[in-house]
Amino acid sequence: MSADADLPTLAEHCQALRSKAVGAEELARHYLRRIAEDRSNSFITVCEEQAVADAKRADAAIAKQGHSGLLGVPVAHKDIFCTDGVRTTCASQMLANFVAPYDATVVARMKAAGAVLLGKTNMDEFAMGSSTATSYFGATANPWDHGRVPGGSSGGSAAAVAGGLAPAATGTDTGGSIRQPAAFCGISGLKPTYGRVSRYGLIAFASSLDQGGPMARSAADLRALLACMEGHDPLDSTSADAGPTGNEECAQGLTIGMPGEYWNDLDAPMAAALEEAAKVLQRHGHQRRQISLPHTRFAVPTYYVVASAEASTNLSRYDGVRYGHRAQQPVDLDDLYCRSRSEGFGTEVKRRILTGTYALSVGYYDAYYRKAQRLRRLIRQDFIDAFAEVDLILTPATPEPAFRFGQHEADPTGLYKQDVFTAPASLAGLPAASIPCGRIGALPVGMQLIGPHFSEDRLLAVAEAFQRDTDWHLRKPPEQP
Amino acid sequence: MDAATIDKLLRLAALRLDASERARLHGDLDKIVAFVDAMQAVDTDGVEPLAHPLDGVQPLRPDWVSETVQRERFQQNAPAVRDGLYLVPRVVE
Repeated sequence: MSADADLPTLAEHCQALRSKAVGAEELARHYLRRIAEDRSNSFITVCEEQAVADAKRADAAIAKQGHSGLLGVPVAHKDIFCTDGVRTTCASQMLANFVAPYDATVVARMKAAGAVLLGKTNMDEFAMGSSTATSYFGATANPWDHGRVPGGSSGGSAAAVAGGLAPAATGTDTGGSIRQPAAFCGISGLKPTYGRVSRYGLIAFASSLDQGGPMARSAADLRALLACMEGHDPLDSTSADAGPTGNEECAQGLTIGMPGEYWNDLDAPMAAALEEAAKVLQRHGHQRRQISLPHTRFAVPTYYVVASAEASTNLSRYDGVRYGHRAQQPVDLDDLYCRSRSEGFGTEVKRRILTGTYALSVGYYDAYYRKAQRLRRLIRQDFIDAFAEVDLILTPATPEPAFRFGQHEADPTGLYKQDVFTAPASLAGLPAASIPCGRIGALPVGMQLIGPHFSEDRLLAVAEAFQRDTDWHLRKPPEQP
Repeated sequence: MDAATIDKLLRLAALRLDASERARLHGDLDKIVAFVDAMQAVDTDGVEPLAHPLDGVQPLRPDWVSETVQRERFQQNAPAVRDGLYLVPRVVE
């Protein structure tokens, strides 16, 4: 069976399981075979035996009570989500042998909906990066061009979906880590409103920004996955009690804002791709309006101060005592802490810890951390003001298509600037989706739709309508030589 | 950033670097600080710092025991344990 060729989207997998055209075990074995043959390094851990056993149970359940939810649907989790009994590494040497003793809420909910876990996907170490190049387990290759990055940090999940290794995957997004890899790999990705999806069991990077979300081919698939993942969780004190999505509200006659700060300096091919996308939205009866988000250019510096400060705090827990990497033969406790951390963390993680430590230290706290928090309010206020006039905001997801490995190695801030279009919505806690909208040469590019807090229904409805008229999200990468 | 500042940051962060990694990160930190200093161009006097994107407040939960002791399970991940205790180098002679 060529399940992948026959079943382009998650919805079609569910339909095939419902009509018994395919069984869950058959699907699981198909994807496990694809993963075994693949050379993109999208997975850190493959759960072969468990997947087949879970799929057999799903087949029995489908035979008994029919198909519902994600029953029997193969999925992959980013290796930042704790999975009970399965190695959870965060792509770090620090956690290379860590077997989570519990499930993250996202994992538990998808398990309860019947999803079959294929494995854990590659990512940048502790989600710090835009390319997967900081993974302790080696980088993932972009399925469209193995010489290029898949984006990051959720690059393994994006490459797995794009490469036909899983019909859907989870990701997490702190400053663009779902949206940028989705754009680079030509799939759909959603960063929900901060608090929509529980962070319990999601290994913390920057707690006021981290948000889990779905990655799949279509916006309709994102909606189905979000319905499983979302909802208040008493185990996460920042989880919102917002009521479920699923109201497929009639998103017609909207005003869509196009902020000059995002559009004005675009390279011509990216501007052309976005212009085509905007025209499709216009044909759907939406109006476009020029808007301004004046603090946009301060978002990336603000983001790097806030995220690094929170990271330096969150990553202080790795001390070589209770779990994680431990240095050999420490001479004293201080030596144990320092050497365990210095051996266990990679260079980018150390860079961010030191940046954050600097921003939080006496004498610099007001000039950096406090300053960034004040700017964060101004950046959020820009969006609040804009949403008084428009219903959604349309921007590119990234400044350029997938870049080559090593292209931004000389100066870390060159790579940080890749987050210029995604970091602002993260700072403001807004929902934002990356939707495939064209090609530059052989490489996919994405548009970003940003909505007001908890407007996922509207955002996804516009994206679903867009995908009824376009097929960018269904295009498959060519076989790599 | 001078060498003493780097020493202080390494001590606060409990990190130790060899000479080449230190030189590299020192250079990177100088670039990063110069990059984030763009923030200083904005007048933020009187702007309240934003800690939570939705102005969320910390909710309280009922004060009842919700978790059970799972020491053995958790200590399966520990690098060194004995009799249910985590082992570290001697700190008291």
